[in-house]
Amino acid sequence: MSDRTALNGDPKQAARKAWMSLLAKAPEAQVLALWGERPAPDHQMLRTPELGSTMVRGRIGATGNAFNLGEMTITRCSVQLSDGPIGHAYVQGRSKEKARIAALVDAMMQTDAAESIHAEILTPLAEARASAKAVRAAKAAATKVDFFTMARGED
Amino acid sequence: MYVAVKGGEKAIDAAHAWLAEERRGDTAIAELSVAQIREQLALSVNRVMAEGSLYDPDLAALAIKQARGDLIEAVFLIRAYRTTLPRFGATLPVETAEMTCDRRVSATFKDAPGGQVLGPTFDYTHRLLDFKLAADGELAKAPTRDAPQEATPHITTFLKQEGVIQTEVDTGETPRDLTREPLELPADRALRLQALTRGDEGFVLGMAYSTQRGYARNHAFVGELRIGTCAVEMEIPELGFAIEVGEVELTECETVNQFTGSKTEPPQFTRGYGLVFGQSERKSISMALVDRALRWEELGEDNMGAPAQDVEFVLYHADNIQATGFLEHIKLPHYVDFQSELELVRKLRAEAEANIAPQQEAAE
Repeated sequence: MSDRTALNGDPKQAARKAWMSLLAKAPEAQVLALWGERPAPDHQMLRTPELGSTMVRGRIGATGNAFNLGEMTITRCSVQLSDGPIGHAYVQGRSKEKARIAALVDAMMQTDAAESIHAEILTPLAEARASAKAVRAAKAAATKVDFFTMARGED
Repeated sequence: MYVAVKGGEKAIDAAHAWLAEERRGDTAIAELSVAQIREQLALSVNRVMAEGSLYDPDLAALAIKQARGDLIEAVFLIRAYRTTLPRFGATLPVETAEMTCDRRVSATFKDAPGGQVLGPTFDYTHRLLDFKLAADGELAKAPTRDAPQEATPHITTFLKQEGVIQTEVDTGETPRDLTREPLELPADRALRLQALTRGDEGFVLGMAYSTQRGYARNHAFVGELRIGTCAVEMEIPELGFAIEVGEVELTECETVNQFTGSKTEPPQFTRGYGLVFGQSERKSISMALVDRALRWEELGEDNMGAPAQDVEFVLYHADNIQATGFLEHIKLPHYVDFQSELELVRKLRAEAEANIAPQQEAAE
């Protein structure tokens, strides 16, 4: 994953960024299936799931000034567990349920449940993503042109 | 002039009910699902996202279904929906150098690092109708090969190393946003690119084609065309750092264009840039050509009076929703306008006839 913003070398922040990014990009169906029927820990909603957009920017000539490319839909949600940790989610698309689960996962990753949440939700999401990407990359690689020079028959 | 008129409610209700029936078509034929449109008419979905200026494949597919496949109507639905969404912010610029490429070709360098990767392209197909698609056919599996792990470098980086191409520098400026303020001239390049990327594909294509045919010709080479996915990062105020909030499929085109140099600059290539949501190759090449044509002033070129050099002409006519809104409104009732015109014509005719009559009498 790219790391363009200063995380001040904070490994905790880097880890949080990684799981939040993974949840944001994950397909709704996978997140809901992996969360399953598990009961949510005691929590209160700081921000109920809210649907909105963000303006996606590009760069002129890939390296120059920013320009507005168009918006994308995102959904955000914030929760606080009764024992303190606050979880946030900003996820792609319009699924309020995915945003709610992502916020809970973010909060639970700051508790003793982190290890099991990581193993049961984040690792499978990361694996599914890696394998989907690998399949596309392998298909793309098969369409790479191997140039060869025609024998000119001069000798 | 528009005047409120009553009546017609029943007719309108009946028209909409019939529209719904026609949308569904023959009920003996299976109904299309939104997911089918999203998966199987992906390039239509991409166009609606690009011109609707909202990246959400499911919404675009729904709009296409609702619009009976009329893509401009679908774009209209997306634009209308977009205005209902609160905007949480803006993202960091996507880094296309880190794109996971499905396709990457260069028309300028055969042996560019990263190679020529064709991807799922229509190029080299014979454009013969494939009647096998009319029947349910078995699908052959696409072959695979070991893929490189590293990102594919941009072609322009090689030209930059040699100093023979103009560089694009980030000054950190916040771009103007035509969805938040009226599009006013002069328009800087960032604003022009926003207007072009959401502009009508047919219009931008026509403008680009005109430059190729000689109206402000600028000799474009496709330095690079790449299609793939990029992560979208956004600063989250609650966190104090940026996370990826999603990923988008993009098509990027960089053209390399002729430039003879100027008094202050040595000869070097100049650039046109296209970046569009989705797999939108024709649109992104067109955008790059028009972008380059619109740069004539900053590059010290002559104004040839060509349409593609006229920023007002291009930007004020590229938006198909503005265009179709104004165009189609003339079919709506203009009874009062027309009544006054009719009165005027009758009056003029009466006057003309009154003038002719005495002259005829005088002649006799």
